[in-house]
Amino acid sequence: MIRVQREDFDVGAELRALTAHDTGIGGVASFVGLVRDMTSGTGASAMTLEHYEGMTQKQLAEVEAEARARWELSGVTIVHRYGRLEPGEQIVLVLTASPHRQAALESCAFLIDWLKTRAPFWKLEETPEGSRWVEARASDDAATARWERDGGKRSS
Amino acid sequence: MKLLYFAWLRQKIGVETEQVALPDDVTDVAGLIVWLKGRGDNYAEALKNDKVIKVAVNQAYARPGTALKGSDEVALFPPVTGG
Repeated sequence: MIRVQREDFDVGAELRALTAHDTGIGGVASFVGLVRDMTSGTGASAMTLEHYEGMTQKQLAEVEAEARARWELSGVTIVHRYGRLEPGEQIVLVLTASPHRQAALESCAFLIDWLKTRAPFWKLEETPEGSRWVEARASDDAATARWERDGGKRSS
Repeated sequence: MKLLYFAWLRQKIGVETEQVALPDDVTDVAGLIVWLKGRGDNYAEALKNDKVIKVAVNQAYARPGTALKGSDEVALFPPVTGG
């Protein structure tokens, strides 16, 4: 289940919805992303998330399909918010359910790493000096790269 | 062709979306970016550092060599920062 929405989400309700009626599930892994205060106490640093409607849904569906191809999953929930968010607010949710914990934990990490570098969202931060676009981090690309299946390109 | 711009690219170019008729000699993504740069200072400035620009054709990530046709929806944007 993939949703892109302005509204907040309830992690407990999402978890119950994912696991209802499937007693074959042995565990659920979760990642909840929060808006971090980047100004370290110098003032509220709200942000506004812009996204490319249409492509976002498509990219998230592709990322989910990739996870399902790699791990045995009973269910996946991805909720990503857009619009104006304040520090401490929930911004993204990834839930993965599987008969086995390893598949749930690994696929959850995979999904958040992949969506960070593929889903078309952009953060505009409000700072005391004015607003500025958050820059992509090389560490995010590196986090995605560790899931590349043919990492052997470098050695062969 | 429908063009869309996002984040600081949209701000620098000054439009969110536009409909353009491609010249016959613009056949791929790399050619489109070269052509766009020639449309005005705002385009040239926004697309100056074209190595960081991401391009999606019909909502799928494209490469410089990806072929284009008039009915495509092409989006240009900076690296994504969601999650």
